[in-house]
Amino acid sequence: MTTGIESPISVVGGQGAGRPRKRRRIRLLSRTDKIVLSIMVGIPTLIQLLLIWIPTVLSIGLSFVRWNGLDLTDIKAAGVANYSYVFKDYPPFWPAVQHNVLWLVFLAVIATPLGLLLAVLLDQNIRGSKIYQSIFFIPVMLSLALIGIIWQLFYQKDNGLLNFLLGTAGTPQAVDWFGDSDVNIWAALIAATWRHAGYVMILYLAGLKGVDASLKEAASLDGANAYQTFFRIVFPAMRPINIVIVVITIIESLRAFDIVYVINRGTNGLELISALVIQNLVGEGQVIGVGSALAVILLVISLVPIVFYLSRAFGKEKVQ
Amino acid sequence: MSSAVASRTRLSASGAPKPRGGKKRHYGTHIFLIVMAVMWLIPLAWSLFTALRPKADTDKYGYFSLGGTFNFDNFVQAWTQGGFPKYFMNSLIITVPTIILVLLLSSMMAFAVSRVSWKFNITLLIMFTAGNLLPPQVLAAPLFSMFKHFNLPYAISDSGNLLNTYFSVILVNTAFQTGFCTFVLSNYMKALSADLTEAALVDGAGIWRQYWNIILPLCRPAIAALATLELIFIYNDFFWPLLFIQSGDRLPVTTAINNLQGTFLSDYNLLAAGATITVIPTLIVYLLLQRHFVAGLTLGSSKG
Repeated sequence: MTTGIESPISVVGGQGAGRPRKRRRIRLLSRTDKIVLSIMVGIPTLIQLLLIWIPTVLSIGLSFVRWNGLDLTDIKAAGVANYSYVFKDYPPFWPAVQHNVLWLVFLAVIATPLGLLLAVLLDQNIRGSKIYQSIFFIPVMLSLALIGIIWQLFYQKDNGLLNFLLGTAGTPQAVDWFGDSDVNIWAALIAATWRHAGYVMILYLAGLKGVDASLKEAASLDGANAYQTFFRIVFPAMRPINIVIVVITIIESLRAFDIVYVINRGTNGLELISALVIQNLVGEGQVIGVGSALAVILLVISLVPIVFYLSRAFGKEKVQ
Repeated sequence: MSSAVASRTRLSASGAPKPRGGKKRHYGTHIFLIVMAVMWLIPLAWSLFTALRPKADTDKYGYFSLGGTFNFDNFVQAWTQGGFPKYFMNSLIITVPTIILVLLLSSMMAFAVSRVSWKFNITLLIMFTAGNLLPPQVLAAPLFSMFKHFNLPYAISDSGNLLNTYFSVILVNTAFQTGFCTFVLSNYMKALSADLTEAALVDGAGIWRQYWNIILPLCRPAIAALATLELIFIYNDFFWPLLFIQSGDRLPVTTAINNLQGTFLSDYNLLAAGATITVIPTLIVYLLLQRHFVAGLTLGSSKG
């Protein structure tokens, strides 16, 4: 917002000052400055390379080998055997893919629009807006692991509040919401929505504040009703935030892990690709190759929203 | 609790037909928001309600009753029996150094890519941002193996390598969060006027002084917001300690609560008390620093 005001000034001043500035900078970057700069860049970059990008490449490498994780000399080439095993013979894989897709669709169709709706309602000057915001915001600060436990207390078969409200607690019809493989993915999705909607609400509240009020006035002067104003004017004006929300929603649905791991380690109806990766890496039947193949599948899917986002965020700068 | 539910249904029954048209439209909005707010609070309220009741009373009257006493006995028992002092200490040992490292590294990196123009700054910034967006599980196997084969003297680590140490969690969290903070801070620094450092340059101030004495103090709001955000992010981190730390007594709170389900078995009152205890630090941040937290969240998305 402030940059919009400042930039014309700096452009005006920048034209004339541009050239000498560059020359000056080159001259004034002393030897010490160069050393300081290379340390300032070098240490963070080294950490990024060592702990994120080299492991990413190694993950790809490990997906083509057979290894028990113990001795480095035991590593044997396996070709695409891990992948064909995952795609053809690994029973939880396709259910996990379905659950990840379901997770994405649920967040995109239910949780995100709900967050947007809350933001739009709370953006108009209604009484108690701050109190409502604070309430919807609480779950955003909680870890998904803790959310799993809190909802476990709510969803329990015999002593949970939900079954009591439904009148089935203690009867044979009582549903074990987190235990029954037919319903637990939905129960987990509702718990995840509890957090995601508040997150989306906060981001959209900031986005709505940034929309120029005169746009809305102009639209209503032209006879647009509230819905038209929102969908034709306000929503498109929030394009940068919309993109962030789309990316966050996709990435959250790929990263979903904590909540299902707390419930039952991601088994019995709650399989997710991320959880399968870990199931193959820890425990007795350690199969690093299969775990890595699953990790690479997750990586490839994740690259789609990541590349989309980066091209949006940095595309303009490259041109400049 | 139940009265809130009752009033909610009464409200929606009598108030629903009224809205639409004119200024009364806000009634409909309020009814909807109240219903949502109540639904939002129920899981938390239920945990707190269960935690405040002794197990003997819930066994006698049932979980869905108001009978019996309310006290903090479950909290006391969960605190000692669940080993919370230890877990909170672990959370502190992991969180504080990580936040300091992340902010130091990311502000240096952000300064270099946003205030000095050189060849690879955009490329590096893209690399940093992308790294933060990867699902952590993608890196699990190689990082685990790397840490396992990274030998340390036994005086530092009783496993003889990086596994089962606080360092492992601090390192990986630092790497992950530095990407995000670099992105946010570089956008923030770019918006600061170029004249600021130009003047210092003329005065003969070196790069470090420009960074430390001029740019960094101006970034105070962004750093406060990010520090709050990272405090919550790292406190809430479940995955990395789960992967790297095998000894239960070195786990931070968020990962340790996973084991409470086993420790407290079917004593839901204790489990609820444990869950509520875990919320307390978050609640403190929520009450004192909510503004910074929200600012941090929105800073991260202000540029798309």
